[in-house]
Amino acid sequence: MSNSKPVLSSSLGRKLIMSLTGIFLCTFLIVHLIGNLQLFKNDEGYAFNNYAYFMTHFTPIKVVSYLLYASIVIHAVYALVLSIRNKAARPVNYAQFDGKANSTWNSRNMGILGTVLLVFIATHMQNFWWKYHNDQVPYIEYQTDLATGNTTSRVLEASEFNDYQVTVDNDVETVKARDLYKQVDFAFQNPLVVGFYVLAMAALAFHLIHGFKSAFQTIGVSHKKYVPIIEFIGVWGFGVIIPIGFALMPLYFYFIK
Amino acid sequence: MAQHMNLTLKVWRQKNDKTKGQFVTIQAKDIADDMSFLEMLDVVNEDLTRLGEDPIYFDHDCREGICGMCSLVINGRPHGPKYGITTCQLHMRSFHDGQTIVIEPWRAAAFPVLKDLAVDRTSFDRIQQAGGYVNINTGGVPDANTIPIPKRIADEAFEAATCIGCGACVAACKNASAMLFVSAKISQFALLPQGQTERYERAQAMVDQMDAEGFGNCTNTGACEAECPKGIKLSNIARMNREYFTAKFFREEDVHTHN
Repeated sequence: MSNSKPVLSSSLGRKLIMSLTGIFLCTFLIVHLIGNLQLFKNDEGYAFNNYAYFMTHFTPIKVVSYLLYASIVIHAVYALVLSIRNKAARPVNYAQFDGKANSTWNSRNMGILGTVLLVFIATHMQNFWWKYHNDQVPYIEYQTDLATGNTTSRVLEASEFNDYQVTVDNDVETVKARDLYKQVDFAFQNPLVVGFYVLAMAALAFHLIHGFKSAFQTIGVSHKKYVPIIEFIGVWGFGVIIPIGFALMPLYFYFIK
Repeated sequence: MAQHMNLTLKVWRQKNDKTKGQFVTIQAKDIADDMSFLEMLDVVNEDLTRLGEDPIYFDHDCREGICGMCSLVINGRPHGPKYGITTCQLHMRSFHDGQTIVIEPWRAAAFPVLKDLAVDRTSFDRIQQAGGYVNINTGGVPDANTIPIPKRIADEAFEAATCIGCGACVAACKNASAMLFVSAKISQFALLPQGQTERYERAQAMVDQMDAEGFGNCTNTGACEAECPKGIKLSNIARMNREYFTAKFFREEDVHTHN
């Protein structure tokens, strides 16, 4: 038993919460990007729509997704609590503060970048998650000849659709699904949506270039060999490859599709 | 021959910690470029005294970069425009004739302004008193090297121990966090055999006291490390976090209270 303060009401405990939720959200990005690469398949959304059904109906994934929503909320709430405390720690501001002489712009503006991302997440979930869960997306039927592998698709009316269905009859596989792919295509025809998504991915890049390595520093990792590896992954993985991968999706639908 | 220059100073003047302060513009005339920044302020104060005005209040002591008293934020940076030095080691050749120099005190709730540019840093003392010590038996001087310590470890502990407690880390931090200071004080003992007795108690007690003093929360910007006159490394903060979390999750012990 200790009579020192409980860990979660200490500065370091709060930072630990930020760090752990942040790293968890980073791992989600990897899965989300790899899954969404199916948007680039030229198959009328066959792979993507099946994947969307799997991700929303497979129990372990659902459990993880609720952990994910909780992490987003906790990360944002703790960021707010810490920011308020940090503001209180300096009641009188400097008249002149030369931050660029000693630190990077993104490291000093994680709150602004994070706010952009929070607005983005709300928009993004409204665009796709909410519409998918509330039957506001179109429906589609795919028929695949299992002998030749050829797939044809046709739009389903709401009256023709009950639930996601896979049937095989006479060597022909029929899949009825919610057409999230078409919703994606539809949303990314709006230049404002495309612009905001690309901007948000730039914010994500700068947020994670600082955030990823910062999370490990908070946990207490300082190692001659591993810290440079963490920094490399933070910059090239989470700062470059992942944001560019995501940003290519709206750009692909707007300019190429 | 020293070059001479005239400067416009915008100096924070504040009567005490109860009143609000404001910037006052003061001309510094005929300043030699080989003066230290504090000598420049001495010259200005001589003039103010001769005019019957209240001289600018600023902290200073050793004037050789080891006491950590000269706590000035100059043009937006603790200890001025150079790296790795204190204000007394800053020379006027770093400025040019006609330049305007903004001089402010350390700004942090835990460092209340006593007067003008001098702040009260006893919050650092209280953090030290909470756990920044080792209990040893007094008596004869022990022989050197009776406890073997690898050179690499001894060096790292020594580097942490070079912290002079000046508070530039707090001043430079956008969150007014004291974690570089506290981590240096925890590290210098955590690394050495002599510091093991109170190791986990120390980390908890010092972090608790740091929080109680109202310092902010580190966001790993690295501003403290860049501005530290002694080059205390960010890896100390990682070590402090390790010490604290290890204490909390694996080695929880009673923290001695000082009543």
